[in-house]
Amino acid sequence: MTGERLFQGADWDFPTLQRIHDACEEIAQSELGLNVYPNQIEVITAEQMLDAYCSVGMPLFYKHWSFGKHFAYQQASYRKGLMGLAYEIVINSSPCISYLMEENTATMQTLVIAHAAFGHNHFFKNNYLFRQWTDADGILDYLEFGKTYIAQCEERHGRLAVEQTLDAAHALMSHGINRYPGKKLPDLRVEEKRAEYRRQHEESVFNDLWRTVPTGPVKSVATLTADRRRALLGLPQENLLYFLEKTAPRLAPWQRELLRIVRHIAQYFYPQSQTKVMNEGTATYVHYRIMNRLHKQGQLSDGNFLEFLSSHTNVVFQPDFDNKYYSGFNPYALGFAMMQDIERIVTKPDDEDREWFPDIAGKGDTMGVLRDVWANYRDESFISQFLSPRLMRHFRMFHLHDDPAETAGIKVEAIHDERGYRRVRRALSRQYDVGFIDANIEVIDVDLAGDRHLMLRHTVLSGAQLNDTDTKRVLQHLADLWTYNVSLVEVDATGKTLKEYVANPRGLAAVA
Amino acid sequence: MVSIHIVDRRLNPGSKSLENRQRFLRRAKALVQQAVKKSSHERDIKDVLEGGEVSIPLDGMDEPRFRREGGTRDMVLPGNKKFIEGDMLPRSGGGGGKAGGAGEGDSEDAFRFVLSREEFVDLFLDDLELPDLAKRKLAEVESEGIRRAGYATSGSPANISIPRTVSRAMARRVALRRPKPEEIAALEAELLICGDEARRAELIAEIAALKAKAKRIPFIDPIDIRYRRFETTPKPIAQAVMFCLMDVSGSMTEHMKDLAKRFYTLLYVFLKRRYRHVEIVFIRHTDRAEEVDEDTFFHGPASGGTLVSSALQEMHEIVRSRFRPADWNIYAAQASDGDNSTSDGEVAGRLLTEKILPVSQFFAYLEVGQDAGLTFEMPDSSLWTLYERLRLAGAPLSMRKVCERSEIFPVFHDLFQRRVRQERAP
Repeated sequence: MTGERLFQGADWDFPTLQRIHDACEEIAQSELGLNVYPNQIEVITAEQMLDAYCSVGMPLFYKHWSFGKHFAYQQASYRKGLMGLAYEIVINSSPCISYLMEENTATMQTLVIAHAAFGHNHFFKNNYLFRQWTDADGILDYLEFGKTYIAQCEERHGRLAVEQTLDAAHALMSHGINRYPGKKLPDLRVEEKRAEYRRQHEESVFNDLWRTVPTGPVKSVATLTADRRRALLGLPQENLLYFLEKTAPRLAPWQRELLRIVRHIAQYFYPQSQTKVMNEGTATYVHYRIMNRLHKQGQLSDGNFLEFLSSHTNVVFQPDFDNKYYSGFNPYALGFAMMQDIERIVTKPDDEDREWFPDIAGKGDTMGVLRDVWANYRDESFISQFLSPRLMRHFRMFHLHDDPAETAGIKVEAIHDERGYRRVRRALSRQYDVGFIDANIEVIDVDLAGDRHLMLRHTVLSGAQLNDTDTKRVLQHLADLWTYNVSLVEVDATGKTLKEYVANPRGLAAVA
Repeated sequence: MVSIHIVDRRLNPGSKSLENRQRFLRRAKALVQQAVKKSSHERDIKDVLEGGEVSIPLDGMDEPRFRREGGTRDMVLPGNKKFIEGDMLPRSGGGGGKAGGAGEGDSEDAFRFVLSREEFVDLFLDDLELPDLAKRKLAEVESEGIRRAGYATSGSPANISIPRTVSRAMARRVALRRPKPEEIAALEAELLICGDEARRAELIAEIAALKAKAKRIPFIDPIDIRYRRFETTPKPIAQAVMFCLMDVSGSMTEHMKDLAKRFYTLLYVFLKRRYRHVEIVFIRHTDRAEEVDEDTFFHGPASGGTLVSSALQEMHEIVRSRFRPADWNIYAAQASDGDNSTSDGEVAGRLLTEKILPVSQFFAYLEVGQDAGLTFEMPDSSLWTLYERLRLAGAPLSMRKVCERSEIFPVFHDLFQRRVRQERAP
């Protein structure tokens, strides 16, 4: 095929971007069969990129000092040259917004458009986690609502009170997520409309749990059995923010709404943390395919293609564990290698692949298989199913088991050999399992009959207990919201209590 | 075909994070202020205005989360070279096995970031407990004056430059050969006395043509008009020199020197806002005085007795040789713990009143004390007594005793008041 060059040299202008986008789109649709949200491409400066970093990449976000802190920190390291800026940021919304840095060369813009506007975009639209947990249509409006709402609260209730509530909510953010899908898909637009209505409704509704005047002997709080009480409260509950929002006895309605906003945002980012490898793998695979095709069609010159290959190689570089640049698995490297490996298994399998992947080996339809993988897996399940022995050998993976009780040292559990493949794979997939990454903390009970103190439990896995200083601080925040004592016990698998924390509420300006 | 929007956001106002940053600074105010204090202590006086990196402890600025640590850990790493299953790797990093896992830089003890110049000066001044009004005075941009700056083709009618407009009109008239009135008058005069019919017709035609031409080429055309152009410029302000005099004999402690440095810095900040060009001269003295650089001034060791007159003499010499009072505004600030040998009083007093004060805009004497609450119980020092006497006799001296940083400002207050009086007097 012959094609006209999309651009010459490194310079670009807006018509060039349009041409690049159209060329990428042609390949994405006809050859890769991608299904994407409409694209919106925004060109920004380095300073704006730095800004975006600090509001977790979102174009609008409420104001909070912690974002300023991150900004100051990142600005300092950027100025010192310790940190380069990303070439792009992409937002899971509809239309899908990609930010491109103005100083990228034309080749880089092509790479970034292929990577973000098609790779990530397809993943956002099709992966089951995103479909289940995020509402791409509503997120920008919801953020706008959140921002305005919080600004109004600051006017009405004072900045200090709002800040304290947000501080507390942020501390609990990692435990403000529903991990099991609810009955309905999230709809943030409706969420926003209902906010006002809900507040009025909740103020007027009768709350059986916190009633202090007993109406009859049978239903009185004191006689509720422990089981019934827990059932009414929805206990045990691992979504701490949700629990506080619904049941904290003395929160003002606006505080509940703040918790809700923080909770929704945490939920929005939840799928991203579970799909780093897949998401980057998908985007990298897509940009690699598109760039190669553009080059083959003559739309990209040899020089530009070499420039692309150079940055692509940097992106997918995986340093060894003893390299000074090593900081865990590079999601781009692992993800891209796995996608390419799947392509190989589907098109040119060997005997080992037929044994390990009977379902897809030699199936021939690369894109069909990949699209299915992209839609239905997350990092943990993706790795546990599709990491091939060949890749384990390629990365020379090995599994270490570090038991503090073992004085001799750290044990090499398994390596990339016949005996070890399955164990290495299982161990690696566990590293990406949110169930193991986040501490398992639940609300187990509330002492309704007595002093209303809230009881939490941390189920300790493999001896990893909570950091003492941080836990005390988080519990302090929790107690401030709950306004009565809060206790947390750490329990190991055998039910033995390892440690106990108690926090007393401080007098919050907001509550008074 | 999916539609696509390409938006150029580059022109959008940047620094969306500004408000977040301000909130952060406000929250960390006490910590940042300490850092600024420390940082300004380490800096040279001239660098105080530069802003720059400060480092604050993370305490109170942290964002706690439930974090787990310890326990048995499993990790999968890439790049195996020689391990086989069942190997035991020594723990102290020997086998390199520690590299992975929980190495998230979790506890940075200090948090480093960059303050802009304004933020830095603001916090610096805040630390000195300046009243807001004074702070504004310090922070205000220098006043602007208006200066002629050539001519412009547009402007207000009041600014029309008549000479320039007329001369341009004349040039145009000459260039386009506009008939002169005398020329037409001469022809008309000839017409009156002319009897020849043919010549008359010729003259009439010529006069008409000239008149028409004169009408086509106006005397003053809008394109001739020029306006006087004015430019706002910083007021032409003279240069200033600031003399820092300090007693460096053994009795001056680090604390006292720090107080003195604070004062000098403040004075420098102030002068820098008022004058385009500020020079600083450091004179230190024991029983003899010498001009030194800043580092020696604050940190160099020296020992000896105390003769204030030596420093005043040195200053006088320097003024005479390098800073003509007609060209320079001379500011001087003297810091001392008040010791002076009794015999020196007379000489110092004469030098001050006869040589120094007449040429100085401002002379401040700062008596630095050891700690709060101690000085006022002590009898006035010899130097204080001397200056007090001079002041009562009418010498324009500002003098204060300072034991703590927060007291430095009142001396400054004197400076402002004095300037207000001066401006009103003439």
